Amino acid sequence: MNETDRLIEEHIPRLRRYARSLVWERGRADDLVQDTLERAWGRFHLWRRGSDLRAWLFSIMHNIHANNVRADSAIPAQQSLDEDELNIPVRATQEDGLQIRDIQTALDCLPVEQREVLLLIGLEEMRYEEVAKVLSVPVGTVMSRLSRGREHLRQIMAGNSAPELRVVK
Amino acid sequence: MNETMKTLNESELQAYTDGQLDPLRLAEVEAWLASHPGDAERVDSYRQQNAALHTLFDPVLNEAIPQRLIKPEPQSWTILPQLRYAAVAVWLAIGGMLGWFLHDAQKVPTVASMSLASQAAMAHAVYTPEVRHPVEVGADQEAHLTAWLSKRLGAPLKVPHLAATGYELVGGRLLPGSNGPAAQFMYQDARGQRLTLYVRTDKTDNQETAFRYAREENVGVFYWIDGPFGYALSGDLEKSELLRVAQLVYQQLNP
Repeated sequence: MNETDRLIEEHIPRLRRYARSLVWERGRADDLVQDTLERAWGRFHLWRRGSDLRAWLFSIMHNIHANNVRADSAIPAQQSLDEDELNIPVRATQEDGLQIRDIQTALDCLPVEQREVLLLIGLEEMRYEEVAKVLSVPVGTVMSRLSRGREHLRQIMAGNSAPELRVVK
Repeated sequence: MNETMKTLNESELQAYTDGQLDPLRLAEVEAWLASHPGDAERVDSYRQQNAALHTLFDPVLNEAIPQRLIKPEPQSWTILPQLRYAAVAVWLAIGGMLGWFLHDAQKVPTVASMSLASQAAMAHAVYTPEVRHPVEVGADQEAHLTAWLSKRLGAPLKVPHLAATGYELVGGRLLPGSNGPAAQFMYQDARGQRLTLYVRTDKTDNQETAFRYAREENVGVFYWIDGPFGYALSGDLEKSELLRVAQLVYQQLNP
């Protein structure tokens, strides 16, 4: 295995973690990682040596995932987040492990744009500028998505089905 | 920067949560939070979200990396495509030679339809053993698949459903055919047996819809022309079994 492969390989565990947080199901998450890696291997000459490899890989994954989401939402039979049904999770009474299950369900209620920002910052611990680069949006957009996403999540987890939770993509 | 803080800037509250706040602002933001429990509560809650995300997803970091995500050894990357090109070149050459020798012979099927079977068998042989990427677009995106391939082939395609014979759609892909783009749909039964339906546009004005059968190596092919398309169903199956599926395909396409 050559050096570039090794460089990319170091990021696989993190790419898998991020993919899993985007698409839950393990097989589909690894499909996303595999698509990302294949594109990265094929386009490695486009990566500027010395620039942030993690940001480059995550931006590839972001683009592939965004395309998948677009393709999925083109299927009429799929449930649409534009409808008023948002599946606000009901807060259970036991505290034990509750937050964890809650956040999983609550994340599903967020539009993908907010979810990505929340995960890149909360889970990947990226700096805001880096997230802006990964998603190709201004830092201001990152900040507003972060702020709205976190507040949505907080409201959902507190059991408030606040009207502003109606997500418009 | 201002000495007395009027209100806490929303971005600064987020940055404080994530430890990304300018250190020069730290004392002031902390003083603000001490006197504004609502904002302090938000920071707490957001930090709990981050912690919960880690609890939920960090275990993934320790999982063994699946083999399919490790870059294959160079041989399989360099030799396999060459083999594929070589195989395609051989089939093209055979098709060409057959065309040359048979163009006067009326009793054999036309070259166009012969190469339909050959092309289908070739595509079947190339893609059915594929473990990593049997299809480009999976059955979970069937509407997208149909729309995409219809657009590329220039006529509305239908994807037959063969569940009645035990075969479920895996997905499909776009292929180069002799008349332009061609499509391949792949099906699989519970045992992992795979069938492919190859569809290409047929500009030969051949209105004949009779089923024809050909065998290329282990692959049996039923093929027919119907409207703008030539269809070929390929599989490593008994002829009678393959015919049964081919009839279902035909019924599905002509309800």
